[in-house]
Amino acid sequence: MADTHAHAHHDHGDHGEHAHHPTGWRRWLYSTNHKDIGTLYLVLAIIASFVGVGFSMMMRLELAEPGLQFIHDQHFYNVILTAHGLIMVFFVVMPALIGGFGNWFIPLMIGCPDMAFPRMNNISFWLTAAGLILVALSTVVGGGAGTGWTVYPPLSNHTFHPGMSVDFAILSLHLAGAGSILGAINFITTIVNMRAPGMTFHRMPLFIWAMFITAFLLLLALPVLAGALTMLLTDRNFHTAFFEPSGGGDPIFWQHLFWFFGHPEVYIMIIPAFGIISQVVSTFSKKPVFGYLGMAYAMASIGVVGFVVWAHHMFTVGFNVETRAYFIIATMVIAVPTGIKIFSWLATMWGGSIEFKTPMLYAFGFIFLFVVGGVTGVTLSNAPVDMAFHDTYFVIAHFHYVLSIAAMFAIFTGMYYWLPKMCGKMYNEKLGQWQFWITFVGVNILFFPQHFLGMAGMPRRIADYPDAFAGWNMVSSSGAVVSLVGALLFFYILWDTLRNGAKAPANPWGIGATTLEWTVDSPAPFHTHEILPEIKAEPAGHH
Amino acid sequence: MSTQAHKTHPYHMQEPSGWPLFGSFAALTMAIGAVVYMHTGFYLVLVAGFAMVLFTFFGWWRMVIGEANNGVDHTEPVKTGLRIGFLLFIASEVMFFFAFFWGWFHSSLPILNNVAGTWPNGDIKPMGPGGIPMLNTLILLTSSVTVTVAHHALVEGDRKTAINWTGITALLGVIFLGFQAYEYWHLVNHQFGLSDGIYPSAFYLATGFHGFHVLVGTIFLTVCYFRLNGGQMTPNAHIGFEAAAWYWHFVDVVWLFLYINVYWWGSSSFAHLHKVVQ
Repeated sequence: MADTHAHAHHDHGDHGEHAHHPTGWRRWLYSTNHKDIGTLYLVLAIIASFVGVGFSMMMRLELAEPGLQFIHDQHFYNVILTAHGLIMVFFVVMPALIGGFGNWFIPLMIGCPDMAFPRMNNISFWLTAAGLILVALSTVVGGGAGTGWTVYPPLSNHTFHPGMSVDFAILSLHLAGAGSILGAINFITTIVNMRAPGMTFHRMPLFIWAMFITAFLLLLALPVLAGALTMLLTDRNFHTAFFEPSGGGDPIFWQHLFWFFGHPEVYIMIIPAFGIISQVVSTFSKKPVFGYLGMAYAMASIGVVGFVVWAHHMFTVGFNVETRAYFIIATMVIAVPTGIKIFSWLATMWGGSIEFKTPMLYAFGFIFLFVVGGVTGVTLSNAPVDMAFHDTYFVIAHFHYVLSIAAMFAIFTGMYYWLPKMCGKMYNEKLGQWQFWITFVGVNILFFPQHFLGMAGMPRRIADYPDAFAGWNMVSSSGAVVSLVGALLFFYILWDTLRNGAKAPANPWGIGATTLEWTVDSPAPFHTHEILPEIKAEPAGHH
Repeated sequence: MSTQAHKTHPYHMQEPSGWPLFGSFAALTMAIGAVVYMHTGFYLVLVAGFAMVLFTFFGWWRMVIGEANNGVDHTEPVKTGLRIGFLLFIASEVMFFFAFFWGWFHSSLPILNNVAGTWPNGDIKPMGPGGIPMLNTLILLTSSVTVTVAHHALVEGDRKTAINWTGITALLGVIFLGFQAYEYWHLVNHQFGLSDGIYPSAFYLATGFHGFHVLVGTIFLTVCYFRLNGGQMTPNAHIGFEAAAWYWHFVDVVWLFLYINVYWWGSSSFAHLHKVVQ
């Protein structure tokens, strides 16, 4: 059996660890170790989340009642919502799901000693950190960037944002984007070139499939954003006219470029989540994933089709009817592979001996939230409906269900699932379950009423609203407070685990956990799979 | 892993390194310097950042070349990984140019443009395909042949020929850049400057980024020239050369698209539909 084979040789690798284990600040600042770099990404995501969540709390407190509470400068409100969006997308969700879990578990799950390019892996992280510094500068220098994360001109041009802020935001995304492209090259090369003997593509765990597809989306979508940002930068500072009608340019062109990147970007954030949920549902149902190949190719087709639906974000710009018809249909098509995933997860659970540990609760929560966000997505894909809902809270509710809270639930799922492997200690199961229920209830109170507000016509990105919207806004803001309690409890649990957690065995999850990371000790030693494990039979998880 | 001798797998485990952190700090300095320069005209931070970035490239790749030469680190699987990685990098570069070609077509095709304008905008006289662009096309196509000659010679163990033809290729790159610089100088003085509207914007950024890539490719080939001279590349081990040649072909293909779409189609009557209609 492949697993025992890997385990038997494990001690050997341990010797190397003592011989060659960088310590102190060099270990972290100069790291070429995939686990340490993964940890750095997770720490960065946690730090950034304090800021990103802090800004969202400020927005919800401001919106709790009609009238302006404490934000009297509405540009400042715009700055907050811009920073919230940029930080959560580029510096919380992406670093956690891709940089954090991807770095930690790609080598562990495919059975190789590290990433293909360990030093390049390190600069991917440090460029992300540099991007975080620049986005922070964009909020405090030069009046702040109040453009929204979409940075549409003309609002983002030199006339309406003459200060340094938008340029800092542009260069922040340039650096973080360069880091992500290098990371994507690293991930793809590692997965193509360094799988353990016998681990064919069709035997890879679904999390690896997810990271593989995500990396391709990063590789092909981010350079288009880089091109767009460069054009905006030269429009702002060197008087080019890409988005400037007076020079023959077109602001709609920015929207095309941005969403050609932006739509794959939303899959960049959710496909890793699909991978994590597949592992966890299989583990805690003690059954192989239902329809393994269908699951893998469903993700691939979501990735491919995700590149040709971008204009559904721009239905209100005045397309002709044929263009709208195409983008409606192409968008709705994505519901098919997404449905394959949802029903395969349900079929995996069907007849399984399900254990409701915290990661499994979170996986359930993810599926529920993703279905809610998914059906409102199908709703919004209709151009005529979207004409009415565009830029209302209905859209906010939709994309927070799929991205903010479903992606966040996947991060929580991954943290609870892999924490024993990463730090070698068990979290407090009772507290974990409490944390799940508080968060689950909180986020639904927070975001579900926003559907009603949107349908009633409340616009997004405005600090004030008519009295008619007061009721549901108060409910929503109360939900934000409940969610914050859940988030703080999570940080307590993290601290408690590191400090008081019981020693975790190599595999704390039992027979359902069949992937290679559970064959090495907990915490995973500094170097793992120095002796390449051999995959002799179809791994139990995948048929 | 204690020492290379005890290595139990074919992959390249790397020691901790300060270059990534320094390189990222350099990029951050350059970014902040760029913003400061664009808003105040103070350029020293930008220059310092750029110098640090160049220093990182130099130091980091010097280290990589050392690893390539030590005969231990770059095993066959590692070489495969380097090839895959470089091809992926080129794929990402293709998508970068994709954005600028999109800009070109969005601005010039009436069916895509939402702003009722003319193409080229204003009374700009567009840059046609004859003269320097035609000459530069021939130069780049020739250089694609010369780099292939060098590659074949290298594989067959004919080092002298490989060195000469690599040098010729790099030289053709320099000549291309010289002609492009002259073309720009002429255009700016007689036809259009960067800030004259959408046609010059799309023209200069598309051809300018291509020119920058020619510069990078020329430097890459020059490094290969000196490494060949130093006997660092053998018929079976010349990943650096292979990557430089691939990069050069990529730059060549981008140029062909630029030549056809920007210089030729972009200045032809097909692209003047607006003017005809109006």
